[in-house]
Amino acid sequence: MITVFERPKSLTPAKTHYCPGCTHGIIHRLVAEVIDELDVREDTIGIAPVGCSVLAYNYFNLDMQEAAHGRAPAVATGIKRVHPDKVVFTYQGDGDLAAIGTAEIIHAAARGEKITTIFVNNAIYGMTGGQMAPTTLVGQEATTAPSGRNAETQGYPVRMSEILATIQGTAYIARVSVHNPQEVAKAKKAIKKAFQIQLERKGFALVEVLSTCPTNWGLTPLAAMKWLQENMIPYYPLGVQKTPEEVEV
Amino acid sequence: MAKVLMKGNEALGEAAVRAGCRFFFGYPITPQSELPHYLAKRLPEVGGVFLQAESEVAAINMVYGASGAGARVMTSSSSPGISLKMEGISYMAGAELPCVIVNMQRGGPGLGGIQPGQADYFQAVKGGGHGDYRLLVLAPASIQEMVDLMGKAFELADKYRNPVMILGDGILGQMMEPVEFPEMLDPASLPDKPYATTGAREREPRIVNSLFLDPVELEEHNLKLKEKYDHMVAEETRAESYFTEDSEIVLVAYGSSARVAKAAVDQARAQGIKAGLFRPITLFPFPKHQIQEACQNAKQVLTVEMSLGQMVEDVRYNLEFRIPVHFYGRVGGMVPTTRAVFDEIKRLVDGEVD
Amino acid sequence: MLQEIILAGFGGQGVMSMGQLLAYAGMEEDKQVSWIPSYGPEMRGGTANCSVTISDVSVSSPLISEPDTLIVLNRPSLEKFEQDIKPGGLLLINSSLVDRDPLRKDLRILKIPADDLANEKFGNTRVANMILLGAFVAITKAVSLDSVVGALKKVLPEYRHNLIPLNRQALELGAELASGA
Repeated sequence: MITVFERPKSLTPAKTHYCPGCTHGIIHRLVAEVIDELDVREDTIGIAPVGCSVLAYNYFNLDMQEAAHGRAPAVATGIKRVHPDKVVFTYQGDGDLAAIGTAEIIHAAARGEKITTIFVNNAIYGMTGGQMAPTTLVGQEATTAPSGRNAETQGYPVRMSEILATIQGTAYIARVSVHNPQEVAKAKKAIKKAFQIQLERKGFALVEVLSTCPTNWGLTPLAAMKWLQENMIPYYPLGVQKTPEEVEV
Repeated sequence: MAKVLMKGNEALGEAAVRAGCRFFFGYPITPQSELPHYLAKRLPEVGGVFLQAESEVAAINMVYGASGAGARVMTSSSSPGISLKMEGISYMAGAELPCVIVNMQRGGPGLGGIQPGQADYFQAVKGGGHGDYRLLVLAPASIQEMVDLMGKAFELADKYRNPVMILGDGILGQMMEPVEFPEMLDPASLPDKPYATTGAREREPRIVNSLFLDPVELEEHNLKLKEKYDHMVAEETRAESYFTEDSEIVLVAYGSSARVAKAAVDQARAQGIKAGLFRPITLFPFPKHQIQEACQNAKQVLTVEMSLGQMVEDVRYNLEFRIPVHFYGRVGGMVPTTRAVFDEIKRLVDGEVD
Repeated sequence: MLQEIILAGFGGQGVMSMGQLLAYAGMEEDKQVSWIPSYGPEMRGGTANCSVTISDVSVSSPLISEPDTLIVLNRPSLEKFEQDIKPGGLLLINSSLVDRDPLRKDLRILKIPADDLANEKFGNTRVANMILLGAFVAITKAVSLDSVVGALKKVLPEYRHNLIPLNRQALELGAELASGA
């Protein structure tokens, strides 16, 4: 018998707590596959955030640290400075990275910390119950924006990748999506690149992954994929925001 | 090694290096900035890392990461900055990560002032961050003692896998006294930390974490932490007694206030008043047996602080309310004078206060 | 021997380094010493000051509220600290910049026009502080002049060591003036 599909070594056999149709599972898998393919599982330290992926330390078969809300880039900085030869990555959601942890991510990027950040943007707070995120679209409903986000009083969603791409210390910034197999394949390529950048010590690397939250969006998983494509991508355009080549110019 | 004359903040920096600390993460604030200034120059000389973080919040979380990665690591700040670090301190206590935190206290609350204070006693000793946790709190009163306690602080942090705070104040940070340093400890000689995330090479993955969603587990975790704190109470109390054997009045003070109190005791003794000084060196654990012994002949006790009465609560509690405990304090950066403390001793001894 | 000194003046007059020189000199003589600066933006009276204790026994409190000696380099310092000096204590005044007499009658007072002398003799007012320090040492003998000169190497940064002879001359001038006083 030929094995054609198996669990990456960098994932534990634990069953995840993610809701049906949530794309965290896909993104976890992509990160794990990349770590396996680069053969760095035994040299990698991951940092779990606060948010839906708070328990990521149970799912990655790696050394992991759990950070306080938003502080993963600071924790990663501490680890990387102690072990500059190890691979250090943070896995953060939009509330964690783009609201409470804005200072930490901006300054980790500004210092050019040689870490990799996987930024999962699903435009909502999942774990705490569907509250408005810094990335919630204008008009999008949330439990703390029951009539939809009102730009007048609640402002506009933040495009973190664009902001981070303007910072000199960043080497690689890309936005990808996982709403169909083609995009999943592209997402994996970007994640791999973001880890390679770290291995080559080129600077800070981040991949923003547009993700769905069927539960809090109030949609079926399939409808959620469609909603992402039709609503999020126009505001959060996919593609590479910055590559090392650009840095070197 | 010959004695050198050094500012407290700088002496602490050198002491940390000698104790094998190679990582410092901090954010500038008066009156402790000479410590990061010193380490910014000194740590690279010994292959260490000095990093100025974007905030105190980030700094303590860098300490968390570095400690979780197995390093001997420290941070320092002063009152308002320590408040910001409280989140990370609670997480470190929860995740059982060692580190040393220096607080060169200034006047508060809020932005307060930049002159010395001791009004963070409650914050340091009773919590400050959320949850049931304790910091081991050391209170030096001279530059030499700061240096000696720095090495001890790292040892205790590792022994208990718990953050240790050195609670100083603006005076101790700024003043110069002759000091002698211990030999350099090679951090490579320290034992490996079995919890450190170093990459799961040929072993099971390790997780540094303070999250326990199952209440049964979290209660167990809390009880395990409490066991450590009980151990500290049983084994780690330190104090100094000065002329307490025959004292009718015992002063209780820590840090800079203890220096003033000591001078006042000298004055009182010179006038034939049987006064003494009890100086806790550990604030948590509070040296209960030592204070009871020091005060066994005392008719009254006078606590002197640069606060409006914080440690005095522990003094009363630990003396089990058996002796009248009076209080003298100055705040806002005002420092008690020897004369004022002496006058207070005299007033109490002369029975002007019942 | 216990000598508690407060040194005060404008920022930039070298008050802090005077204090450090004394503390170093005391330490080199195996005495117990401490030095405490005022720190931060000075808000009261426009003065920078430091407190130095030199003692044969361990220093109980490094904080000085009633100094044995007050050395003032400017008028606001005199106004701020004069009333604190111990009865019978020593008051050293830089009369170049202090244009009023002290109010206290129970002190030993020495006025030295240190800025003018520094300018006249050395063409450099920056050593006015050393003239006062030399006078202090000669009067109190809290430390020896040699120890202070030796301490210059510790307190002055290496690139300023060329100024040691000048500082020494200023110290000696101060000592001479005090001996004649």
